[in-house]
Amino acid sequence: MDEEEMGWALRRLACEVIEDNPHLETIYIIGIRQRGDILAERIRKILKELTHWDIKLGVLDITLYRDDLTAYGPKPIIGSTYFPSPIDGEDVLLVDDVIYTGRTVRAALDEIIDYGRPSRIRLAVMVKRSGRELPIASDYTGVSVDLSKHEEVRVCLKETDGEDSVKIVEVSSESE
Amino acid sequence: MDLTIKQPHLFDPANGVDEIGDLHIKDGRVVTNSSASSEKEIDARGLYLLPGLVDIHSHFREPGMEDAETLETGSMAALKGGYTAVAVMPNTNPPIDNEGVAKFIKEKSEEIGLCRVFPIGTITKGRKGKELSEMIHLYEAGCVGFSDDGNCVEDSSVMRNALEYSQLFDVPIIDHPEDTTLSRNGQMNEGVVSTELGFKGIPDVSESSMVARDILLSRFTKGRLHLAHISTEDSVHYLKDWKTDRITAEVTPHHLLLTEDEVKTFDTNTKMKPPLRKKSDLEVLQKALKEGIIDAVATDHAPHPDYMKEQEYTIAPFGVIGLETAFSVLYTNLVISGKLSLAQLVKSMSFQPARILNLPFGEVRDGGIADFTLIDLDGEWKVDPSNFASKSKNSSFIGWELKGIVTYTIVNGNLTFREGEFLKS
Amino acid sequence: MNPNRKDLLGIQDLSKEEIGEILTTAESMEEILKRPIKKAPTLRGITIANLFFEPSTRTLNSFALAEKRLSADSINLSASSSSVLKGETLLDTAKNIEAMEVDIIVIRHSTPGAPHFLANRLDASVVNAGDGCHEHPTQALLDLMTIKKKFSKIKDLEVAIIGDIKHSRVARSLILGLNKMGAKVTVCGPPTLIPQWMDPFESKVEYNFEEVLKGKNILYLLRIQKERQKESFLPSIREYIKSYCLTYEKLKKFASPDVVIMHPGPINRGVEIESRVADSEYSLILNQVITGVAIRMSILYLLSKRKIDGFND
Repeated sequence: MDEEEMGWALRRLACEVIEDNPHLETIYIIGIRQRGDILAERIRKILKELTHWDIKLGVLDITLYRDDLTAYGPKPIIGSTYFPSPIDGEDVLLVDDVIYTGRTVRAALDEIIDYGRPSRIRLAVMVKRSGRELPIASDYTGVSVDLSKHEEVRVCLKETDGEDSVKIVEVSSESE
Repeated sequence: MDLTIKQPHLFDPANGVDEIGDLHIKDGRVVTNSSASSEKEIDARGLYLLPGLVDIHSHFREPGMEDAETLETGSMAALKGGYTAVAVMPNTNPPIDNEGVAKFIKEKSEEIGLCRVFPIGTITKGRKGKELSEMIHLYEAGCVGFSDDGNCVEDSSVMRNALEYSQLFDVPIIDHPEDTTLSRNGQMNEGVVSTELGFKGIPDVSESSMVARDILLSRFTKGRLHLAHISTEDSVHYLKDWKTDRITAEVTPHHLLLTEDEVKTFDTNTKMKPPLRKKSDLEVLQKALKEGIIDAVATDHAPHPDYMKEQEYTIAPFGVIGLETAFSVLYTNLVISGKLSLAQLVKSMSFQPARILNLPFGEVRDGGIADFTLIDLDGEWKVDPSNFASKSKNSSFIGWELKGIVTYTIVNGNLTFREGEFLKS
Repeated sequence: MNPNRKDLLGIQDLSKEEIGEILTTAESMEEILKRPIKKAPTLRGITIANLFFEPSTRTLNSFALAEKRLSADSINLSASSSSVLKGETLLDTAKNIEAMEVDIIVIRHSTPGAPHFLANRLDASVVNAGDGCHEHPTQALLDLMTIKKKFSKIKDLEVAIIGDIKHSRVARSLILGLNKMGAKVTVCGPPTLIPQWMDPFESKVEYNFEEVLKGKNILYLLRIQKERQKESFLPSIREYIKSYCLTYEKLKKFASPDVVIMHPGPINRGVEIESRVADSEYSLILNQVITGVAIRMSILYLLSKRKIDGFND
């Protein structure tokens, strides 16, 4: 996928959100670091363009909720979690770049629930790939793809990687 | 002949012997008549034959602390290190402050029959620093000196009396110079490193001030004084300026080779009294030994069992073992590096300590006592605690790579140690 | 942090970068402390033993709270409740605890090097919570974080540390930390309480209290132990108060108007610090307490180890 295709996919995703939510002002977007937060910001922009509503945007860092802190390994840098207002009773749209095993979303759900009790949480992802390890599914999807364990999706964004693209790369199993 | 040692390098700095030749032993003495054939021969080509080493300052812990060392294991450690005679300090339990304990040590070590062991009696009863011990009794029971080692005789009038009374038999009063009002609760040398590590320090002045006092008292009384384990630059200065022929001093291998920096590892085998000092102290000590200001090397062999040493630094007892490493660490680090001659080293480890204790050892001469050590000076070994003959493993030199392997030790004409094996006579 | 780092034993062996990372991570941890539910599941399944061989309330509580905030399981062993009184050696005590599959041991002990002694002999990570007069790294790190939050930097700040420098592990660790981060340190106190050898620490020595107050960004006061009088380091506490107690009057007269006051606690009101100063707007003493929990969470997190596969979304 190149920049243009990604743009269209996001736009389509945003339209689906609007279709489902006539009262868009109640949506509270939360992006998962890293990259989910950038995509969340882009979706918010599109929604604003289309409806002129200012939608609340939060950022979630799930590092402390991960279940795979490895022995003595370099620890990921923890970014902070930021919500502009309490999330109790809000209709949350969680945004991430890729859904694979589902463990990131699991961690994100745990963390959100530690902050409060939203009325609903839905999930939007840029890429949905095969390989779920938990019963978690996305509600809005940019693109779906079937991949083997030895393939990996790389979502690159201008803000972090210099370009917008989605690539599939081979990974050798031991280099995990 | 009982034994002929074939072609060793005979080396006796006290008599200026430095040549290759055969040595014959009969009835525990050296004999020159080489015509008769010997029952036994040792092929000693390539080995140095030195006078048996004499340690003026060891702790064999028996009676009382046999889990640290016994007269037998201590004797084995001595032979393995090339020592044929060891004077043992009286801080046993009970202490050697009565003739019973002194006789026990003499008789038991004779029974063991490995190396010569000489008791040192206490200066004061119970090593308490108050009343003089019964020195005549102790002397007659075989004590070769008097010391409250581990404790300093801090009361100056008691020290004065000891220096006067001991002139009855002209054996040395061996003081452990330490002003404990300055060193109390100290764990290591007071200075840069103790500041960094947050340990209460043992300032060098706690030793030097007592050295000065002892020297002044010896000069005043004309008493025989021997200063144990000198460790500071100032102590050396006072000795240099004020020493008389009634005053001698010793230094340990660890104070000659190690500094306070070692404590940074928190290894309790760096904890001893006096503590490891600064680099400048070490250099002064090396020079003083070379110049004869310090007379002898003493090990201060102080065994402690693992469970005592494997503790927090402040709780672990003071002291390290030294008999098995003394010669090799000094030969490797001072002689090979050119800081000290082999003659100076050998003399300070045999002839000199023997003279301080009035013992007839430390020479290789016709008619002399046949106590020798045969050393392979090129032999290399690594200090490994599992190979120690000593019951305790608390050495400061673990892991050091050394030159100089003791191959044979001969006591009174009898081979008591042969290539790692102990032979009881 | 150095990925091979198993233990946190002192500021001495931390690099400037590692200190930076601990402080940054602590900022994220502080955010958890402000949430409605002040808890993250990060250290679920990690077991931590707090071995306190010296009485301590605030450091022990601070660690205990940090452990709870990160969902670790923790046990507390204080000297009075442990087998130490029954003659068990430190090593045996620690080995017994490790046999219970403990991952991290937090130790406070009156002997310098006791944490190092355990670290060399155990697989568990060891965190030094104060060893004799040697180091108190978590205190120094929380102080550095408090300073960084207040001034947005540490480099080039003028810091005076006042009191019993000789017997203070807080001072040792803090000076090393400030040295590494580029601050300028002056120590002050009566000569008996300043080490004769300050070589390991980059600092100026000033015996005069009024002089040391001038031109500093931070005045860090140390607690004066009453026992110092018995040990003849001080003629009397009264005399210490006369010369070295920070009063509101002296603060106003000599210190810069934007100076801040810090103290590792617990404070001796009226001895090293006047109540009015401790409770004034100059004081960061309570801020230090809050950062303390965040710093300890950061350290426990960075040292924690856990092996679970997966998670590559």
